[in-house]
This record gives sequence, structure tokens and C-alpha cells, in this order.
Amino acid sequence: MTGFFADTLGMGYNAGWFTATIVGILLIALPLMLSVAMIIYADRKIWAAMALRRGPNVVGPFGLLQSFADGLKVFLKETIIPSSANRGLFLIAPILTFTVALVAWAVIPFGPNMVLADINVGLLYILAASSLGVYGIIMAGWASNSKYPFYSALRAAAQMVSYEVSIGFILISVVLWAGTFNMGGIIDAQRGNIFGVVSAFGLNPLLFPMAVMFLISSMAETARAPFDLTEAESELVAGYQTEYSSMSFALFWLGEYGNVLLMCALNAVLFWGGWLPPVDWAPLYMVPGIIWLFAKILVFFFIFSWVKATVPRYRYDQLMRLGWKIFLPISLFWVFLVSGYLMLTRYS
Amino acid sequence: MIQTIAFYLFATLVIASGALTILARNPVHSVLWLILAFFNAAGLMVLVGAEFIAMLLVIVYVGAVAVLFLFVVMMLDIDFSEMRAGFGRYLPFGVLLVVVLAAEIIFAVGAWSAGGIGLGAATSPTPEGMSNIQALGTLLYTRYLYIFEAAGLVLLVAMIGAIVLTHRTRGGVRAQNIRRQNQRRPQDAVRNVVDQPSGEGVTL
Repeated sequence: MTGFFADTLGMGYNAGWFTATIVGILLIALPLMLSVAMIIYADRKIWAAMALRRGPNVVGPFGLLQSFADGLKVFLKETIIPSSANRGLFLIAPILTFTVALVAWAVIPFGPNMVLADINVGLLYILAASSLGVYGIIMAGWASNSKYPFYSALRAAAQMVSYEVSIGFILISVVLWAGTFNMGGIIDAQRGNIFGVVSAFGLNPLLFPMAVMFLISSMAETARAPFDLTEAESELVAGYQTEYSSMSFALFWLGEYGNVLLMCALNAVLFWGGWLPPVDWAPLYMVPGIIWLFAKILVFFFIFSWVKATVPRYRYDQLMRLGWKIFLPISLFWVFLVSGYLMLTRYS
Repeated sequence: MIQTIAFYLFATLVIASGALTILARNPVHSVLWLILAFFNAAGLMVLVGAEFIAMLLVIVYVGAVAVLFLFVVMMLDIDFSEMRAGFGRYLPFGVLLVVVLAAEIIFAVGAWSAGGIGLGAATSPTPEGMSNIQALGTLLYTRYLYIFEAAGLVLLVAMIGAIVLTHRTRGGVRAQNIRRQNQRRPQDAVRNVVDQPSGEGVTL
């Protein structure tokens, strides 16, 4: 795209690069916000269907415009800042949550060469960006100067740090198999990796347990049900969002669903072939890669909603036990296993 | 051009947030400024082409260490008047530290401008056709293998030491036996009390 702006429009390299980057960012961020609005609608519909309810069905055809109506409603409300809150941090927290949910999308490949930043540390960048996500919640909880948000912030900090450790090990085993940190490279390594037919790390017997653990860890990392202890409404009112109103609340909401979509995309990219068709067969490549990626993201989002609708919330000690005593040893052992296998077969 | 702007932006922000870390009245604000300083230092690393170090700086320091740091500082009950009362007492020591640091900086700059220390010869650029990570990994797992493994062992010992020092088994705690809990079935736990006469309670 830099070439188009620099040469075809005659802008020179610097200006062309700048324009291309801005256009690229807008091309990702704006559709992402639209899809967050629609995915909230989808979440509510799936949840309703599993509870034998109708879900949103009033605004627009089939209630499709419900999220936009909600958005307009929160936009028109008054922003209330508690008098004893730490004003600056209280306002920065939702902005930070929302921004961090957007930045990680820079390295997600949407198709062959369709990526904003094709950097060789793509996966580390994602880890770095997702580890920043906890700050928005901690700052919100502390700045609210209220006990339930504070409890929620402490829970969020412990929960996210715990699961990031095992996510790190899971990603290491993927990186070992792919031989690169670059997201495009990881997808390329999956092309026909099972008998030259199926393109998915997740169906590799050695990586399948990692795929399952990554799916569960990504639910814990985004604080989705059954790990939504940060906003457990029966104990903490609304968790770190308790004191927030209007747009500042909406930013948390958007950021949360943006993170969920990101984790679905990561599941698709790292374990299920990203933009590659599931089977390495020429006619399937007629379908654009972006469609395959979106289909996989939607499948994972359905799983997230399904779990939210059916699984009861974990207790906090169970959550910690799962993270530290089950996932961490297994993923650590699996890194050892995968590297040993590769050492004996690929590199000997 | 963009690189120059980015360098001055990151450098100014590192210094400013570093200064605000020590000037901020509120300890939580201090930690947050420190995190901003880490973050901008990572930006500087990216500019010199050490993207792996930059990402590690964000993942390890910002993502894990600073979170725990913030976690602890948030829960501390800090008395500001008591802290300010000690200012005069610690002033001589502080001045001494400042003098030592300033002397070191002046000395280092002088030595650097004199040239010929041989540091430039020791650091080699990244080999051709290798990314930053591959070059680092090759070096760590061949030439510096034993030192690298020893560093890992030191960290392991520190971790085990911390656990040994803090972990103690306390008696009389009604802790849960996870295995027993997982083996529980509805028929062990639920009893039909439909025929229970009212006002007599249930025997457990």
C-alpha cells in the first residue's frame, strides 16, 4: 500500500508510508468496532437461544440494530465521576482498555500479505499487548476508590498474570513447531501440515492438548464466563465497572468484546490455520482467505458464547488451582515434549 | 526523519516519566509513571533494532513485574507525613549518592569520548540473513550455553528459596481435599427430605 501512495499518487516515500499506515489502521479499527457491535448482538442472541428466550428482537429487523441503539443510549447519558475518585486515572482507565484491545490487531494477518505490521516478533508483540490489558482494569479498580471495584482489580491482576504464564508456554510450543515468531510464518507452517492435506496445528496430536488449553486460557485471559470473577455480579456488583457510567462504561464494554474477538482470532491463527482453508485443496483457495479467517473467528466466538451460556462460574481458588497447578505444569512439560520430539526428528 | 522524531519523543518521555516517578506524591502514580518509562524505553530499543529485547521488556517488566509491584503498592498504607519527616535525616546519604552517580556519568562520558576502549569491536552486528531473535538464540545456545543455563539455575534457586521461606503448613485449617471433592456424587450429598416432619430439623 505504501507503493501505491508513494509512486502512483506521487507523494514521496515518507508521506506515502505515513498515509498508507493511517489508512491501514482505519481499515482495521473501523470494521473492528462495527463487528464488535454485531458480535455483542450475536452473543445476546446465542445466549438467549440457549436459555429458550428470544433475545433482542425489537430494534431493526430481527433486532439487528440493538447494539447501535444501546450505543446511542450510553452516548447520551451523563458521565458521572465519583467525588472521591482519582479523576485522571478514572478517566484514563477505560481509554487504555479500549486502546490496548485495538493495538494487538496490527499483527494479525487477514490474508496472504494482508497484515498491517509484518514484524518478525509478531507473537511476542501480541503477548506484550495482551499483558497491558490488565492495567486498564487495575487502574479502574483503584481509581474508583470503592471496595468492590478494588476487589475486582486485585482479582483481575492475579488472574491475568497467572494465565499469561501458561499462555506463554503454549505459544512457545507453537513457535517451536513453526520455527518463527512471525504470524504469517506461523500460518504458512500450517499449510498441509497433517499428511499434506489438513492445515491446522490443532489437529497435530502433539499440539492438540495445547490448542484446548489455549482456548480455555483465552477465556480466562479475557475474563469471560466461566472465569468472569472480575465482574461476578452476585459478589461484586459489576466489578471494576461499578462506578462507571455512559461512554466510559461503553469503552470497557467495547474493549472487552474487542479482546474476546482478538482471542478468537488468535485461536484461529495459531492452531487452526488462520486464513488458510481447512483442507489444502486447490478449489478451496478460490474463497478469499479473509472469509476463512472470519468463519473460524465466528466458530470460536460461538464456543465462547456457548460456554458462557452453559458453564457456571468458577470459584476463585478453583481458578487459581487450574492455572497454577494444572495448566502450568502440563504446558511446561509439553514444551519439553515438543522440543524433544523436534530435536529427534527435525533437527537431528 | 520519522526515526528522529520518534527518538526524541521516546527519549523525552523516558526522562520525563522517570523524573515524575520520583516527584509524584502518590506512590501508585509513581509506579504508573515508572511503567510509562519502561514502555518508552522499549520504544527506544525498537529504534536501535533490538525488537526482541523491546518486546521482552514490555512482557516481563510491564506485563508481570510492574503488575505485582502495583498490586503491592496499591494495598500499602503509606503515611506521607512520616515519609517527609525523614527527609532531613536521609539528605546527606542522598547527596552522596547523587555525587557518586554524577561522577560516574562524567567519567563514562569522558572515557567514551576518549575512544579506543574496544567495546565497538566486541559487539558484532546481526549476521546476514538472520533475524534478531535467531542471532540471539544461536549465540545463547552455543557460545554462552553454560552461562545461560547457570543463570536459569540461579533463578530456579531463588524461586524455590522464596517458596521455602514463605510456605508453611498450618494446622487446623479447613482446607478442601480436591480429590475427595471431585469424587463426590449427588447421591452422597443430596437426601430427600419430603417426608421430614416440620419443626424437627434435619440430621446431617
